[in-house]
Amino acid sequence: MPRRFLPALAAILLGLAPVVAVAAAPPITLMIQNHRFVPSTLVVPAHRPVQILVRNLDPTAEEFDSSSLKIEKVFAGRSQGTLFLHPLAPGRYRFQGEYHPATATGVVVAK
Amino acid sequence: MLAAMLIVFREMIEAGLIVGIVLAASRGVPRRGRMVTLGVAGGVAGACAVAAFAGRIAGLFAGSGQELFDTAVLLAAIAMLTWHNVWMAGHGRSIAQDMRRLGTAVSEGRRPLAALGIVVGIAVLREGAEAVLFLYGIATSGGTSIPGMMLGGALGVAGGAAMAALIYAGLLAIPAGRLLAVTGWLITLLAAGMASQAVAFLQQAGYAQAWSAPLWDTSWLLRDASLAGRLLHTLIGYTAQPDAAQLAAYLATIVMITALARAVRPPRRTAPAAAG
Repeated sequence: MPRRFLPALAAILLGLAPVVAVAAAPPITLMIQNHRFVPSTLVVPAHRPVQILVRNLDPTAEEFDSSSLKIEKVFAGRSQGTLFLHPLAPGRYRFQGEYHPATATGVVVAK
Repeated sequence: MLAAMLIVFREMIEAGLIVGIVLAASRGVPRRGRMVTLGVAGGVAGACAVAAFAGRIAGLFAGSGQELFDTAVLLAAIAMLTWHNVWMAGHGRSIAQDMRRLGTAVSEGRRPLAALGIVVGIAVLREGAEAVLFLYGIATSGGTSIPGMMLGGALGVAGGAAMAALIYAGLLAIPAGRLLAVTGWLITLLAAGMASQAVAFLQQAGYAQAWSAPLWDTSWLLRDASLAGRLLHTLIGYTAQPDAAQLAAYLATIVMITALARAVRPPRRTAPAAAG
């Protein structure tokens, strides 16, 4: 590989490395219970990466879906997982459980 | 029943679009209907398997198993689509269009066809897994009657098939001489959209976060969640809030496929230079 590509390659690899939790806020816990999000409103600091630990207490799967947060993840019944939100500008970002849209709704408020 | 139909249909839209494009791109190749059917059947079987193991997959890689699985599957689809376009470019337009006549080309034609079959299978697997999980959840919770749920799910799948038929019919309206070029571009954009989507999954799992701030927001123009937004998401990789990493992956995929196809193209016979 031509040597002149090495700096660009290094920059790309550094960008792809897992985020170092220097500026990240502590993880927030979100539960799915009886096809509802608990709590349904999450307050997060703006302009910082945020981790959300999701615990699905229901026996069946739910899909956390939000186009404004750019998150789409299925949580199998009685499982948990972590979502990484990109730094958010101040505002309200809605999310819903795609499998139970009538009851599973929530909003992330970034301040 | 209505909820089941809507949710399954939403998942099947993407798979339906890809099936339609693949059918148009493989027009004229013998037995392509069989390959597409195999792809769909394989995808359905795979979707059931993925749904059954969803919890275990998700638990891998410190909880990021699902995102990494989706990324790996998308990369495989991108590889297949790239390979298809490169193969078509390398073997020249005339052979690609005369596949029925050239005896040896029949077995050769199976190779890009197999690649497309795999792409179909992957699309059905990804979208189908979510649909299966959703339907299983309804079935076990007893909220809706089973027959109602099955009917709703079947209607949703039928809607996806209708989407495939629509785009296939639409593409066939293009004159045969240009169809190859158009499907070639559709396949390139399909792959680029998948690359952008794979980056989004990686970011969701905490990787590639350095470039994850949205560059712009066109939700006022077309929302991601609308029907047109989902269609364009699959067709050209539209997303209302792309970030730099997604844009880079999108453009890099287009450049890669175009450059590789151009590199393998057989030299054209040039017209004799004008005298004088």
